[in-house]
Amino acid sequence: MRRNECIAMLLAGGEGRRLGVLTKDLAKPAVHFGGKYRIIDFTLSNCVNSGIETVGVLTQYQPLVLNQYLGIGSPWGLDRRDGGMHVLPPYVRQKGGVWYKGTANAIYQNIGFIERYDPEYVLVISGDHIYKMNYERLLHAHKKNRADATIAVISVPWEDAGRFGILSADEDGRIVEFAEKPSQPKSNLASMGVYMFSWPALREALVRDEADSRSSNDFGKDVIPRLLAEGSRLYAYRFGGYWKDVGTIESLWEANMDLLEDDPGLHLDDRTWRIYSVNPNQPAHYLSPLASVRNSLVSEGCVVEGRVNRSVLFHGVKTGEGSHVEDSVIMPGAVIGPGARVIRAIVGEHAVVAGECRVGSADSGPIAVVASGEHIAAENTLEEANPL
Amino acid sequence: MKLPLMGVINLIHETEEMGALTAGRCLATVPFGGRYRLIDFVLSSMVNSGISNVSVFAHTKFRSLMDHLGSGSNWDLHRKQQGLFVLPPAIEDQTDFGKGDLYHFWRHRDYFKRSEHEYVVIARSHIVCNIDFGAVLAFHQARGADITVVCKRWPGARTGLVRKARLDESGRITEMQDHFGRLASEVVSMEMYVLGKELLVDLVETSLAQGKDHFVRHAVLSRLGELNVSAYLHEGYLGVVNSIPAYYRHSMELLDQQVWKELFFEPGSVLTKVKDEPPTRYRSRAAVVQSLVANGCEIDGEVYNSILFRGVKIRKGAVVRNSIVMQNGIVGEGGMLENCILDKEAEIRPLQQLKGSPDMPFLAAKRHVI
Repeated sequence: MRRNECIAMLLAGGEGRRLGVLTKDLAKPAVHFGGKYRIIDFTLSNCVNSGIETVGVLTQYQPLVLNQYLGIGSPWGLDRRDGGMHVLPPYVRQKGGVWYKGTANAIYQNIGFIERYDPEYVLVISGDHIYKMNYERLLHAHKKNRADATIAVISVPWEDAGRFGILSADEDGRIVEFAEKPSQPKSNLASMGVYMFSWPALREALVRDEADSRSSNDFGKDVIPRLLAEGSRLYAYRFGGYWKDVGTIESLWEANMDLLEDDPGLHLDDRTWRIYSVNPNQPAHYLSPLASVRNSLVSEGCVVEGRVNRSVLFHGVKTGEGSHVEDSVIMPGAVIGPGARVIRAIVGEHAVVAGECRVGSADSGPIAVVASGEHIAAENTLEEANPL
Repeated sequence: MKLPLMGVINLIHETEEMGALTAGRCLATVPFGGRYRLIDFVLSSMVNSGISNVSVFAHTKFRSLMDHLGSGSNWDLHRKQQGLFVLPPAIEDQTDFGKGDLYHFWRHRDYFKRSEHEYVVIARSHIVCNIDFGAVLAFHQARGADITVVCKRWPGARTGLVRKARLDESGRITEMQDHFGRLASEVVSMEMYVLGKELLVDLVETSLAQGKDHFVRHAVLSRLGELNVSAYLHEGYLGVVNSIPAYYRHSMELLDQQVWKELFFEPGSVLTKVKDEPPTRYRSRAAVVQSLVANGCEIDGEVYNSILFRGVKIRKGAVVRNSIVMQNGIVGEGGMLENCILDKEAEIRPLQQLKGSPDMPFLAAKRHVI
């Protein structure tokens, strides 16, 4: 087998509990985003575009939709004879099997997989985040610093810093302090959950972490603080682009709305850094004689007969005559009936909002959510976020 | 279930008057319907019908064809067993190139002999429809026909070049003429022929031995008396896209929502090469009605009754009416188009105004900047 300098391990087992009904039947990386993508498309495309062609995808929670979506990796060009994409669920060994206990344990359980490729570096990333990043540059910085681990970081507003893993680095970029969700942050550099490791250092850290019965086997909580305490060479790599953790209904909605800005932070139409996805193979979308669409993203297979403003329509969405969709995200195959009004809402896959219904309101309250496959009967009103 | 039917898409000597649209490509790869190439319709119909062995007899200008078809994976035809076969002319010397399709079938006779299928459907690339060949084969078998020709009752004046056929009461074809013929009949041939493979091989060898080398003209038309040639009447949408007025007319028919739904979804969905374009972006000045818009476009102008292919940019203040803009076309600020067809990557400079007529649209060639 050809030696792979760097392989990626993509953590895709996240439950995404705070996404409520949107992750009832699927893992968070499989949640739809941006009119035609699922969240995991961004990290998979980043890998391919960065020249990383061996990717282990670690799955655990509700993997059916995700597994079907990933297939053998062909949409991302990862159906390779040598390497390519491999889905790695927890499995049973001679001494029995266990679930992945934490992010570090998930990698620990797949040491055998990694060693089959004999890499020098292992990139550990999460399938929960939306960003475009060239991991080659991260690897370059990692090599230059002769680091054991390099953590990609992004500046966040000071008032939000308490929600992230916060790093402090010296002027050379060497990390001097790390605090997971600190109440009084000393820096505003947040970890993006993107780690480049030298494989021998990671291997050793994982083995020791596993032996520690008090550890929760998590990179942010256990492995990184311990490496830091022991004086390992940990470096920060500053990332200046768009990055978003779409962990909540609010942030998922916001991230979709971000795409509609005049000059969005995240360019989907960048031919040098394409985001690949499974193609739904539907015809060009149709706008009827009465349609009006502005400030929006519309994907293939849609039929628009109503008014659409500041919204994202995924493939195969239908909006009826006289309907009005504003500040909303309508997921694949959903139907908005004639005369319905959908404002500040997320409408799940294949949901039906019957004619003359009202979903959401223009007030700045919580985003209304219609669950996947849910039917809102005619002339109903749904203003609040859907309970779990 | 496997269908005992193999598909042949015959691109040899396709009849066409497409001008600049086929200057650098074969008829099969003329872009159509916002994101497709003409060949996608018959190819997808074959695949959706359960045909797992499809050959494409390429003839001229087939670089775009090879690029489009690739390994056949977009149609699920990259198979260990069977799949897609692109067969370019396998000629002995230059002069054989212009010979008829029967000659080229004969040169590739091993392809027919190796396949295990009992029946063959031979089709052309310019027929835009969505059809279940399983139903055609069942009809063929039930009738005990030697050859079944897919036809459509298509009254009224038509723009495409078609063969007309006369049927007797039982549905047998008694007469068929080339497109320039004056036969007064409402029935037109869709140039799809289902027949037994043994009969095809026999017709190829017998005709060639008699110095005849055209499948339809020599092997079918001259044998209407001796063979049972029956017509299967197709009920769905039909477009015959082999002239510029026909191209324009059938494109505009797609703006009828019923036609859009029928052609693209029933009985199966039409497949094409994946391009990974993002969703289309409508900006604040966009006003688009009665139009078909593919992914990857960016629209800040007005679009009426038009078709935009993947990656088209309509800048602010531009107005596009009754037009077709192919892949990556750009209409600059304040530009105006009416009754136009822009081939791929054409660019209309700001404030430029172009107008064709509904009967003969203005055609901008590939990559032209106007």
